[in-house]
Amino acid sequence: MSVGSAAQPAAGAKAAGDGSRLFLFYNSPVGKKAVMAVTGLVGFGFVIGHMLGNLQIFLGPEVMNAYGMKLHETPPLLYGARTVLLGAVALHIIAALQLIKMNSDARPTKYAKVSPVTSSYASRTMWWSGPILGFFIVYHLLHFTSGAAHPNFTYQDAARHIPAPYENVVAGFSNPLVSLFYIIAMILLMLHINHGAWSLFQSLGLNHPRYTPLIRTVARTASYALLIGNCAIPLAVLAGVVK
Amino acid sequence: MKITLHVWRQKDRNAQGKLVRYECPNVSEHMSFLEMLDVLNEDLTTKGEDPVAFEHDCREGICGSCGIVINGVAHGPMPGTTVCQLHMRHFKDGDELYLEPWRAKAFPVMKDLIVDRGAFDRIIAAGGYISVPAGSAPDGNAIPVPKEDSDRAMDAAQCIGCGACVAACPNASASLFTSAKISHLGLLPQGQPERYERALNMVQQMTIEEFGACGNIGECEAVCPKRISIENIARMHRDYMNGAFSARPNAEAGSAG
Repeated sequence: MSVGSAAQPAAGAKAAGDGSRLFLFYNSPVGKKAVMAVTGLVGFGFVIGHMLGNLQIFLGPEVMNAYGMKLHETPPLLYGARTVLLGAVALHIIAALQLIKMNSDARPTKYAKVSPVTSSYASRTMWWSGPILGFFIVYHLLHFTSGAAHPNFTYQDAARHIPAPYENVVAGFSNPLVSLFYIIAMILLMLHINHGAWSLFQSLGLNHPRYTPLIRTVARTASYALLIGNCAIPLAVLAGVVK
Repeated sequence: MKITLHVWRQKDRNAQGKLVRYECPNVSEHMSFLEMLDVLNEDLTTKGEDPVAFEHDCREGICGSCGIVINGVAHGPMPGTTVCQLHMRHFKDGDELYLEPWRAKAFPVMKDLIVDRGAFDRIIAAGGYISVPAGSAPDGNAIPVPKEDSDRAMDAAQCIGCGACVAACPNASASLFTSAKISHLGLLPQGQPERYERALNMVQQMTIEEFGACGNIGECEAVCPKRISIENIARMHRDYMNGAFSARPNAEAGSAG
């Protein structure tokens, strides 16, 4: 259309051939979404494993505390997992902030009327369910991992600084306000996973009529399972089933 | 029937726009949406006012010129339909409708409901081509194309470039448009030589034009008058990643010919 337009694609094509591929890749929204997808998959795998591990609380204090002890006695596993998770979360947050900026810049004038036709509530609210979950994770780590935000944090092996997860969880969730905050966070996690766990495949270019409906069903089911499984713990403590 | 319109009026690119209320007292249910606007414009012209500027050409749903956001939905309430093919019988007497132009940084408003979609032209120019021998016409069936591939390529080729996907996306992403153009050529044997370079260059141009990112929410395919599927967006991501990581740099000497 305009005179300058013809020069732009040529410049893009030259840059793409000249190397600095990684920069160009990440600079595009496709690259940023690929980073979101891979790091999101790491997070998705973790929340499933984390829930399954924590559900051992229903097997009693011995099993639960032995599970915590085992993790702490396997430093390569514990610190390996922590490093990967921290890296994934950091990249996920950086890419998300850049995408939020990119997306809000792309529409400077808002519509007077907006009526979504087909998109799910979960998919439209990723940009705020994510940040709230980010703050929740900080609190959660201070609450049950470091104990800094826990009023009576106890250790099963004080000398080696190994916490007693069973006692800490029971004491922590005995406060209804704390439990309520966890339940709200788990509703947001459900929404975030509900869209994210299938969306990540689409972002990585995996969409096929044979598999995509299955992926969407698995994502939805997993999000509900996470909600029920995770909320069962504070609810069981409040109901006095786990004490 | 009586329709009340709130129309976005904006004098030119740099002017501040605003919604202006108009009454359309004698709308026939057989009118198309654009015919209703034609009648409104005749009234405005008779009164000596500036008519509402809107883009239109074929008025049979195939050119991609028209496009208005009606009550928050690009091309209005009927799925798989452009504004020109939308009829007033789908509205009720007394309806109040908000008419706004496509909203995106990459689509600056030129006047009222008309936006500059030059960004789409530049995306096409960046990679929407194939190499063919210049000379006598090739044999019709010299290159066999599986029926399924040609069907899917034609599904993508249906894109008329109206821009509704950008308008409907909360992120003003042009992913559905760009991916339709990439798929349309990339699914056919004739499009293979430039396949990955095409994806790289068109996505690159899409980024330069400052469209947003795809959040896989699916609003674009829901409003698309040609029902282009977001499966194309996945294909674009695939080809882009392939191009970004596996394609070799262009040989300076060009010896591979």
